[in-house]
This record gives sequence, C-alpha cells and structure tokens, in this order.
Amino acid sequence: MRFIHIFLIASIILNFNFLKAEDIKTENKIAKNLRCLICQGQSVYDSDSEFAISLKLLIKNKIQEGMSEEQIYSFLKTKYGEWILYDPVFNRNTYFLWLLPLLIFLAGGAIIIRKFNNKNNLN
Amino acid sequence: MKSKVITITLILFFLITFVIFFKGLKNPNLYTPISNQGKEVPSFELKSLGDNTKIISEKIFRGNKYYLMNIWASWCIPCRDEHKILMDLKKDKKIELIGFNYKDNFKNATSFLKDLGNPYNIIVSDKDGIASINWGAYGVPESFLIHENKIIKRFIGPINNEDLLEIKKIIR
Repeated sequence: MRFIHIFLIASIILNFNFLKAEDIKTENKIAKNLRCLICQGQSVYDSDSEFAISLKLLIKNKIQEGMSEEQIYSFLKTKYGEWILYDPVFNRNTYFLWLLPLLIFLAGGAIIIRKFNNKNNLN
Repeated sequence: MKSKVITITLILFFLITFVIFFKGLKNPNLYTPISNQGKEVPSFELKSLGDNTKIISEKIFRGNKYYLMNIWASWCIPCRDEHKILMDLKKDKKIELIGFNYKDNFKNATSFLKDLGNPYNIIVSDKDGIASINWGAYGVPESFLIHENKIIKRFIGPINNEDLLEIKKIIR
C-alpha cells in the first residue's frame, strides 16, 4: 500500500514537472520572437532590461491563464504594434519580404535548369 | 533574343530590389509606439502605494474630469526633471494627477516624494510592471492625458514646459 502511495506521489510530481517544462519551453519561444523595444537588436529573451523582465513575467502569467502562443502575440500586437514581433505577419506590407526569397529561388532554379539543358543539347 | 529578355528582366528585377532596399535604408529603425489616442483606459486593479489598499481603475477615472496618469520611479533620473512641472500642474484644479509607481520600493518612493513634493492625488504601485504593459508603456517616465475614460494624449519621456502648455491648453 505504501509503495502505491509513493508511486502515485512520484508520478504526480514527475508529470507536474513535465508540464512545467513544456510551459517554460513555450515561454522562451515567445520571448525569443519578441523584440525588446528599448534595447535595439536584442530579443526580449536575451535582454535583462526592466521592460523585458516584465514582459517575460507577463508571458508566463498569460500561459498560466491558458492563453495560446498566437493569442499572446496578438495581445502584444494590440499594445505595441507589429514592430514587437520578429516574425512579421503576411500582409500587404510584407508580401515582398516573404515572396522575395521564393522568387529568387525560382529564378535561380530556372537559370540552372536552362544552363543544364543547353549543355545537354550541345553534348 | 531570348537571352536579351532574360538579361533585361534580371536587370529590372535587381534594379527594383535595389530601389526598394535603398528606400528602406532611410526608414527609421527605432520603435515608434502605436498611437493609443482615443482608446479606452485599460482597466487595472493595483495596490495603493501608501496603505496597500486595492484600487480599481473604474474608481479613479470618473466623470468628465481630466486626469494625467504619470508612470514614474524613484530610480528614474528623467522623472526628477519632470517632477517640478508636475508640481506646477498640480495647482490646476481642472486636472487630477495619478501616479503609477513603476517597479520601485516603498522606502525609496516615499523619500523621493518627501524631497521633491507629492503632486499626485492617488498613487498606485505597479510592482512587477505588468499593468504598465497593459497601457502599452515601455519605459519611465511616460504620461497619458485622460478625459471621459479615454486616452486623449500620450507623452513619452519626461514632460517639458511645452507639454505643460499643451496640457493646460487642452484642459482650459
């Protein structure tokens, strides 16, 4: 009987730690994708400024309240605008930004294929 | 003919890309806060700095009075500069000053007010800085002019004499 008790307590503690680890992982992921507004070139995760410390605490609280990653991003977007996000959303202003690498890739691929075909034809 | 088309397309492509990036160079790389002018005051429930009683925002911002919500801290040097202006504004009976004590300790905050005077009608303590994030604030000092439960003007950084004149003009 005692063995069962110990086993149950241990499994609860282990599960709890596992859940907590998941939360910390999400917290860090969100903090890494947020720009620290008062320290240029640093993410909230990397910064130790007062603003970043508060923001990290806010993320932790929001996760505990049951908010999803997307909900936290959109909450912060209403407060600070899109600038706070490192990963810009796909909209009219960022079409070019998102599509440019794809266009370059396609153009490069087309050039390579053309060259390859030409070489084959010559052979 | 075909290779000419490809060359022209490539040149055009790189030219357009160059122009876009060149224009982008001139864009400021600093954070320009989004305007929360006209937005409703975010609600909060914080402890009073003096006696630790709970204060809710709905009880502070009432009627059609003007309020200046000022985020300050005893460790913030620019806050000292703007303090005399806040003391000046205190004399105006049309406006109430609400202090938002940001990440400060009680002892330092009270000795700051003892030295420089207390311009605030109510002071709430934002110990962990989370309530300030709800206001979209990102540093100290920062002030919000409030009328009829709406933010009508936001001042980032210390309030100067020009801002004081502007506030007085608005509340006249």
